Amino acid sequence: MSRTWIVIPMYNEATVVGDVISGLLPVFPHVVCIDDGSSDGSQNVAREAGALVVQHPVNLGQGAALQTGIEYALCDPATTEIVTFDADGQHRVEDALAMVARIRSGEAEVVLGSRFLDDRTQVSKMKRLVLRVAAVQSRWSTGMALTDAHNGLRAFGVGTAARIDLKQNRMAHASELIHQLAEIKPRWVEHPVEIIYTDYSKAKGQSLLNSVNIVADLFFR
Amino acid sequence: MQIIVQIVLVLAVIIVSLALMRGGSNARHLAIRRMMLVLFALIAAFSVFFPTILTRLAQLLGIGRGTDLVLYALVVSVLVFMATTYQRFRHLENSLTKLSRRIAIEEAEKPWLVDKDQH
Repeated sequence: MSRTWIVIPMYNEATVVGDVISGLLPVFPHVVCIDDGSSDGSQNVAREAGALVVQHPVNLGQGAALQTGIEYALCDPATTEIVTFDADGQHRVEDALAMVARIRSGEAEVVLGSRFLDDRTQVSKMKRLVLRVAAVQSRWSTGMALTDAHNGLRAFGVGTAARIDLKQNRMAHASELIHQLAEIKPRWVEHPVEIIYTDYSKAKGQSLLNSVNIVADLFFR
Repeated sequence: MQIIVQIVLVLAVIIVSLALMRGGSNARHLAIRRMMLVLFALIAAFSVFFPTILTRLAQLLGIGRGTDLVLYALVVSVLVFMATTYQRFRHLENSLTKLSRRIAIEEAEKPWLVDKDQH
């Protein structure tokens, strides 16, 4: 038997997370939301939408929530794949399904989403530049030829997921994850995904200035 | 001469910060930090009462005034304080994360356990 857990880190996303969950459930019946200390009732919205909710008692950051979600999913003995998914509705369920299929076929142990493998995603010039620089930087430091190092849609086989241990609580976890994968050396592929930039996700998403914080976090590890 | 003193000071900052950061928070490092703090406080107080002696020492090192010497030492101690405080903060954050995660997973509903009970 195989079971895929969708892990959604969530912090004050009450207006959107319900739709994201109800979009996922028909395809992936096992969805866990890691509530990172939301104060807007996201927990109830997620529960009503049919997801399981794991609640951090205090706000720790997205990286910490991802790690909690992975560890929760690993507690389930039936788990075979773990998929990380954003709460703001910018990922597509079809992409996640295709990524899990690539793991189940045995093609790879880790499938990383990339918005730059096809031309579906519209990215502003500045954001494209920053993401490209981040990808080149991670290629230099890890030797992994990634095209999109900061994509929130990822699928892991359970063996690889068990070896991930994110310590960067805030935003630098994406780079940390790539570094850990470079150590674990799973068979990995990139999969073309579309990022749907809604007004909500644009307002909520990382500002480009946050890349300064990411670099600082990585530097003072 | 001045540039040499400055380089030595900057190197001192880096080396001491790294040494204190490496060791984490064991008792020896704590003792060293406290000794440095007391020493610095004594020198600062000393410089208030005997500015000329400090100035003479400063001139010996090629720095203009005693107050400049105190200023440099202050910069060094502030940076060391920042570095060690940052490190301690990170340790604290790490423990808080582990504790919160433990509680979160402990308290969460686990459907697979329910499945088992039914069969």
